[in-house]
Amino acid sequence: MPRPRIFTSMDEAIADFPDNSSLMIPGFGPGQPINLMAALWRQGATGITSISNGVGFAAGAEELRGLGDLVMAGRVKKVIAAFTASTRPSRAGTAEELIRSGAVQAELAPQGTLAERIRAGGAGIPAFFTPAGVGTETAIGKEHRDFDGRTFVMEHALFADFAFIRAWKADTAGNLIYRRAARNFNPIMAMAARTTIVEVEQPIVEAGTLDPDQIHTPGIYVHRLIQIPEGGVLHVDRATARAILQVRYHDPVPEGQE
Amino acid sequence: MTEKQPLNRDQMAAVLAQRLADGSIVNLGIGIPTGVSNFLRPEQEIVLTSENGVIGYGRLAGAGEEDPDIVNASATQSVTLNPGAAIVHHADSFALIRRGLVDVTCLGAYEVAPDGSFANWKTTNEEWNNLGGIGGAMDLAACSKQIFLALEHTTRDGEPRLVKKCALPVTAPAGVTLVVTNIAVVSVRDGKFILEEHAPGYSAEDIQAVTGAPLEISPDFRQVSV
Repeated sequence: MPRPRIFTSMDEAIADFPDNSSLMIPGFGPGQPINLMAALWRQGATGITSISNGVGFAAGAEELRGLGDLVMAGRVKKVIAAFTASTRPSRAGTAEELIRSGAVQAELAPQGTLAERIRAGGAGIPAFFTPAGVGTETAIGKEHRDFDGRTFVMEHALFADFAFIRAWKADTAGNLIYRRAARNFNPIMAMAARTTIVEVEQPIVEAGTLDPDQIHTPGIYVHRLIQIPEGGVLHVDRATARAILQVRYHDPVPEGQE
Repeated sequence: MTEKQPLNRDQMAAVLAQRLADGSIVNLGIGIPTGVSNFLRPEQEIVLTSENGVIGYGRLAGAGEEDPDIVNASATQSVTLNPGAAIVHHADSFALIRRGLVDVTCLGAYEVAPDGSFANWKTTNEEWNNLGGIGGAMDLAACSKQIFLALEHTTRDGEPRLVKKCALPVTAPAGVTLVVTNIAVVSVRDGKFILEEHAPGYSAEDIQAVTGAPLEISPDFRQVSV
């Protein structure tokens, strides 16, 4: 069985990330690959297509650079997400203005549809029918079909060049275990990318150490592993998470983007 | 005449909690609804699920109880896990929603109409431009057995949020059964708003005056008890 390559530097783990790649980014509060995203910020790739729950935070702090920073820096071509704008008019942010102006393309999906599109991509299913969004703007222009008297809309699978994953435990075979609600999009995104790169909280243990019955993501989906090094970010605490959301929503619109 | 006392957000959450049948599986959306978890009693045996895959969470975590990996739909509020809790990934979380296991979804909203349609994901009427904050609301609204909404009765400018027809793009074309506002509890049935409860000091006339669609007054019209 091919073993994933184990890295010791976040920057080396993502060094070959080409421009114009698509990238799955998990996280719903916890479970974000914070350190890999900070490395991607340093690496400089542009033309990224992101697949994530929201357009991400813009942190400002170097160790917390996220999708929001990449969007605002003009390095993201397209976002596919369940949140592309704030639900509060008073909190319209920079990313929203970039999408409205057309500088960044966007595809907005109901969250369950987004999750299932990712799951389908990792499960070899090209498309599926869901009732979510029927009768709303999100279903405009899509194929509809009735099953047993109920109307469904067809949605297509998502598959990406890369997935950045955040795991709690891993072994040298690449088997992954997530902790609590940090699991969220991680298992399905890990399965839906050509190259899956994982940052791990705990020291990576020898294959055979983790109980096979407890594995959430089998190692055959995993290509690269790295334990979060000394000085890396383990958690963004609640207070910090709030501060980050504030930055994301209240950042001024750059000149020329208004 | 009692002085007018609109409900605060906690009281609105408490009213929602009263309306949940024992043993229900319930999803709480961001905003006032996430506060409901603090008003549930263990003997109600309600199972709370969140879009992020947490099944069986409890009240908000107190100081020292916070686990950064256990949050509700807000993604930042720490919650506790009840005995019997389980965690699934995001696709399985919506699998249980689509399958129809959620009895009641509680959501915030901007507008609601007597046909049970509501709007809560887009704040403008701009042409479809892929801008909005849907989150899990469309999946939940399309697949839950009932939708309860919690919202202020009017906008900051005093415009009604309970309207004949939603002006904003809808989240779902039908499905709302209960609306809890800061001044009233309104059920939605057979294409009608039925005024069931009022905040202290508010008459049916007061509430109708700030409502954009006719209210039928329930024979059991009474003051909310929270």
